[in-house]
Amino acid sequence: MSDTQAPGYHVPEQEETNYLHAQPGLMSWLMSIDHKRIGVMYLIAVFLTFALGGFLALAVRLELIAPGETIMTAETYNRVFTLHGLVMVFLFIIPGIPAALGNFVLPLMLGAKDVAFPRLNRASFHIYVVGTIMALWTTLEGGVDTGWTFYTPYSSTTSTPVVMMTMSAFVLGFSSIFTGLNFIVTTHKMRAPGLTWDRLPLFVWAIYATSIIQVMATPVLGITLLLLAMERIMGIGIFDPALGGDPVLFQHFFWFYSHPAVYIMILPGMGVMSELVTTFSRKRIFGYRAIALSSIAIAVISFLVWGHHMFVSGQSAYAGMVFSFLTFFVAIPSAIKIINWSTTLYKGSISFDAPMLWALSFLILFTIGGLTGLPLGTIGTDIHLHDTYFVVAHFHYVMMGGTVMALFGGIHYWWPKMFGRMYSETPARVAAVLVFIGFNVTFFPQFIMGSQGMPRRYYDYTADSGYEPYHVASTVGSWILLLGMLIMGLNLLSSLKKGAKASANPWGARSLEWVTQSPPIEHNFHEIPTVTQDPYEFPLEGSQKKASEGMDVTA
Amino acid sequence: MDNKAGSFWLPPQASTNAAELDELFAFVMDINYVFFAIIFGMTVYLSVKYRRRRADQMATSDVDHSLLWEGAWTFIPLMLCVVMFVWGFRVFLHQNTAPEGAMQINVTAQKWSWAFNYDDGQTTSDLYVPAGRPVKLVMKSKDVLHSFYVPDFRVKSDVMPNRYTSVWFEALAPGQHRIYCTEYCGKQHSGMYRTVHVLSEEEYAAKKQKGFEGKPEGLDPVAWGKQLYTKYGCNACHSLKEGERLVGPSFWGLVGREGVTAAGEKYVADEQYINESIMEPMAKVVQGYAPAMPSFKGQIDDDQMNALIAFMKTLK
Ligand code: HEC
Ligand SMILES: [Cu+2]
Ligand SMILES: [Cu+2]
Repeated sequence: MSDTQAPGYHVPEQEETNYLHAQPGLMSWLMSIDHKRIGVMYLIAVFLTFALGGFLALAVRLELIAPGETIMTAETYNRVFTLHGLVMVFLFIIPGIPAALGNFVLPLMLGAKDVAFPRLNRASFHIYVVGTIMALWTTLEGGVDTGWTFYTPYSSTTSTPVVMMTMSAFVLGFSSIFTGLNFIVTTHKMRAPGLTWDRLPLFVWAIYATSIIQVMATPVLGITLLLLAMERIMGIGIFDPALGGDPVLFQHFFWFYSHPAVYIMILPGMGVMSELVTTFSRKRIFGYRAIALSSIAIAVISFLVWGHHMFVSGQSAYAGMVFSFLTFFVAIPSAIKIINWSTTLYKGSISFDAPMLWALSFLILFTIGGLTGLPLGTIGTDIHLHDTYFVVAHFHYVMMGGTVMALFGGIHYWWPKMFGRMYSETPARVAAVLVFIGFNVTFFPQFIMGSQGMPRRYYDYTADSGYEPYHVASTVGSWILLLGMLIMGLNLLSSLKKGAKASANPWGARSLEWVTQSPPIEHNFHEIPTVTQDPYEFPLEGSQKKASEGMDVTA
Repeated sequence: MDNKAGSFWLPPQASTNAAELDELFAFVMDINYVFFAIIFGMTVYLSVKYRRRRADQMATSDVDHSLLWEGAWTFIPLMLCVVMFVWGFRVFLHQNTAPEGAMQINVTAQKWSWAFNYDDGQTTSDLYVPAGRPVKLVMKSKDVLHSFYVPDFRVKSDVMPNRYTSVWFEALAPGQHRIYCTEYCGKQHSGMYRTVHVLSEEEYAAKKQKGFEGKPEGLDPVAWGKQLYTKYGCNACHSLKEGERLVGPSFWGLVGREGVTAAGEKYVADEQYINESIMEPMAKVVQGYAPAMPSFKGQIDDDQMNALIAFMKTLK
């Protein structure tokens, strides 16, 4: 790690009151309209929800370590895995990168004082809190047992409090829409002078593409859940055949949102990747345009592939054909990104600081996640693999191996900026390696047992089915994961008190968030910087410039 | 033809469709291995080769794009995708189109059991099929979504309450294979597994004549009733322990018990009442319970009913 000063910009020698201390008191935080404080509050929230979702996952894994009842009954298990899915999707991963890191970093990267609509931003957080409380309330009421997908007619007939839970997801949707809307406008209107579209950091491009999906797709989820609630409350037949409705219609509606939502979850992670890979190899990104435009391509195509969740749901073979074809199309932009990150390393100067270890984990795990999507998108083989653990493993490699690795990488990367402290490097690296190992031990066996036929959402399996060894390995893996996560969490927390003070630009990065002090002042910059170069213009070996010297930028 | 043993990834091949699907799977996995090797290899190689040796070391190149290379790694995967797509769709169409003259068996799924209905009117809870003959299952659900899955046959289709769906397969050789439900359907979703019995033509004909699931010779009715209790999935909702409440009331001490229906009528649980409870469960719903009991009309015949009741009588 080289401790370079922010290149070229004026960072005051004398540190000034930063945003953390700008105003005192809890209320000043809860009612803050500062994007940085909102980002930090979101960060705390997603840490907590991740802990909750992770705890539920550990319970699921422990139950499955052996056939028969291990620690809970089938009814409890069904509630636990449902809640695990709901918490991880709606409370953790969707707000994860955009609302926590995005809120903090995006305006800084744009050289802006705040987002375009700070009050809307605060409303988004408050709505998120309300939605979360509703979800937890429902859990105290006994929880729902439908799976996070709420498939009808099970969800229209089960006796668990489905309406309350869907309303919680409905409310959370607004929080997501508000954040997205805000980022779109901010990116259009608040860029610093000289920060043209082709000089935007790729994180901004990714968040921008994500926001488009959030704004366009989330209303469909809202409508769907509202219809489901109407069916349950008023008995209007929409999805339940007993009332004259059609369950497949629900699946169409649901996946019309939820497939694009997969990209709401992964695109921001891809954005973080571009920042980490360049900074820690001190290298220009390979194929800036391809990466930026592939984010937009993903945003568009992701709306056209929802039917791949329904190949064996009785939809027509020709609908299946079209969806399979389009699904392969959406794979291409992701493939381009992966290869471009990897080639970015070429002739770089690569260091293996903790954020980079997370990024390399992402690169490997997300590649596996993406590739194992191929036998699922291939409609002939999906017949066998659909709704088995192969799918479970696939999406955990994408969501956890992708997004979560990027989130943690991003947290380690921007932590000094957010809190002005460095965490200790060794435990941070140990945690990253442990999580990488634990992750593979947990989820790789799930590929095998899945393609061997183990269905998902199963409370139990028989001893003669042959799945037991895979389950045992998977459960043991989950403990390694836990250990890694604990080390990471404790290390980060203890840095808040004991960490060394961080400089303005500890990694020698080139984008604008690093030109202001760490942690930034309340208004981010003393003067709005003027940008005259690309976000990844690292100096070359042998050139006169050093990292610590002139980026041709005036501030 | 014989069944083929399973591999690292896949279970044994026991139907004609399996070989075809596995060949495609192997092709797609080969693509996966190659691409993974390339990306993993490249990442590791570059990371090691270009690792930072001095703290102030800068990169040595400012290459930041190459139309040729980027074009190549867009075009090559795209072509492979087209191949996978076309091949995949052909396999899918084949698996979706039952051959003319396939033997039809009707399937009813309900929480949490399967009923297989043959052309001679008999119903079974396991599936019985002859080897070497295409069989088409026409499926419908009585309640929520289920999904019919036989890993060894590589067939799967959702089963829905408002429309018929179907799968077909031709089993290769006599043997037994697992049926799973793969669409989440509640408490006993994972308990909805049953067995496909593949029989030789002769054995199939003989067994069918006698009734596939008639009382096995030498078994007394009580023991048979106990078997039927799990076969039809009664165990998912009815405990045998005294007073234990699952979805429905316990069978312990049921015969002769006095009770009250939701409508407030009094009843005594005699043979007639039990029979009605199983065939027309909505006629009298026990007070304090949801009307969640499915009807077994057309699935449980008189002999089986007698065996079940004989078994219940022993529970006291
Ligand atoms: C999906 C759950 C479910 C399954 C499976 C199920 N039952 Fe029931 N059963 C119930 C419920 C709930 C009740 C109580 C409400 C009612 O009377 O309909 C009940 C009631 C009964 C009663 C009347 C009990 C009394 O106390 O009066 C009998 C007898 C009965 N079931 C037999 C069976 C048999 C035999 C099977 C298997 C062939 C079976 N049930 C399968 C849920 C189920
Ligand atoms: Cu999808
Ligand atoms: Cu099921």
